[in-house]
Amino acid sequence: MKKLYPDAITALEGALRNDMLIACGGFGLCGIPERLLDAVRDSGVTGLTFASNNAGIDNEGIGKLLRTRQVKKMISSYVGENKEFERQYFSGELEVEFCPQGTLAERMRAGGAGIPGFYTKTGVGTLVAEGKEVKSFNGEDYILERGIFADLSLVKAWRADTTGNVVFRKTARNFNQPAATCGKVCVVEVEEIVPAGTLDPDSIHLHGVYVQRMIVGAPYDKKIEFRTVREREAA
Amino acid sequence: MTAHDGLTKGWTRDQMAARAAQELRDAYYVNLGIGIPTLVANHVPEGMTVTLQSENGMLGIGPFPYDDEVDPDLINAGKQTISELPHSAYFDSAASFAMIRGGHIDLTVLGAMEVAENGDIANWMIPGKMIKGMGGAMDLVAGVKKIIVVMEHVSKDGSPKFIPACTLPFTGRNVVDMIITDLAVFQRPDHASPFRLLECAPGVTLDEVKAKTTAAFVHV
Repeated sequence: MKKLYPDAITALEGALRNDMLIACGGFGLCGIPERLLDAVRDSGVTGLTFASNNAGIDNEGIGKLLRTRQVKKMISSYVGENKEFERQYFSGELEVEFCPQGTLAERMRAGGAGIPGFYTKTGVGTLVAEGKEVKSFNGEDYILERGIFADLSLVKAWRADTTGNVVFRKTARNFNQPAATCGKVCVVEVEEIVPAGTLDPDSIHLHGVYVQRMIVGAPYDKKIEFRTVREREAA
Repeated sequence: MTAHDGLTKGWTRDQMAARAAQELRDAYYVNLGIGIPTLVANHVPEGMTVTLQSENGMLGIGPFPYDDEVDPDLINAGKQTISELPHSAYFDSAASFAMIRGGHIDLTVLGAMEVAENGDIANWMIPGKMIKGMGGAMDLVAGVKKIIVVMEHVSKDGSPKFIPACTLPFTGRNVVDMIITDLAVFQRPDHASPFRLLECAPGVTLDEVKAKTTAAFVHV
């Protein structure tokens, strides 16, 4: 079993094609798979659909692939703070499927668990419900949402052992865990690889069974969208 | 609280947040939206333990960090850097929304562009103009036990925001329990009842609230 690849381009070999569906982790710029997204951009594949909570910002994250017009469609809950996104959306170049954040996370989780659909109260009576089956349970309406079965998962994590057991760090876990489970091939970039036996087996966030390929992407220069701080009280 | 000078009637943003904080109860798990709702965290009554949930995967949100403790891996739903507390815990987005959609969060405070007299809310889209998206708002209004909206009473052009029926795309239908504006507080005991005017902000009269509200509401 050899899951560790020397770099992002090698790790994505044979896993990329035009018009594919990619599930991608990250919340804003926190926990985005930067190295893998750069490699997707450099590969030149086009017509991509991304299931990703956000679309990056101008020239960060998926924003880089918007700039090169490699993205056909976004399945996202929030796409603010991105001028190029707005321009392409209003000019009709980019298709957007707005998906409530919890529904998106659950659609990924469901896809990864082999569940093709589930009912939820989220979005009942809104634009999100249009064209979807409505079913009543105990007198309340729910809409049918579909599991996401992606061709590829792109994930950023903190540490992994050589067999692909993965640990995330703080709020950088976000969509990375569910996104990892719903792709036919899952590629994870980590900050550090450790020998098997190093990670606490009771504290694994993403299990090796879901992970096919890994790279070490360090060193990272992690971006912050809104740096907010407080003053130290004078001693 | 700042004194009122007679020209600036009603509550400031911070005072609206303080009013919303009066709805907190000990041991509540609470999700705060972006903007004025975030300020509610500054007004948790002393001696009360309230745990704040961040939809990007955290229970127990701490204050903004000191400058030398900023961590890019630790942000809130507004993508601002935050800090952790001794009881903080992290989880993934699916687990986070299982808490929200599964009815495990006691209270959420959200902003809104419009609220209708039947409890409908619109806060995610202006067709042809704004395409940011709903984020977690649709999940929150569908799953959280109590929904409080905090918003300016009228929009920038002076038109009422508490209205007979929403004109913008819905975030949720018949979900709002309480509305706190810079002028007044409205509440309803259940989703079959009309909103009742609970109180007016200092210096604000019933006539002024009536003049700036097109929604039907009950008052004493």
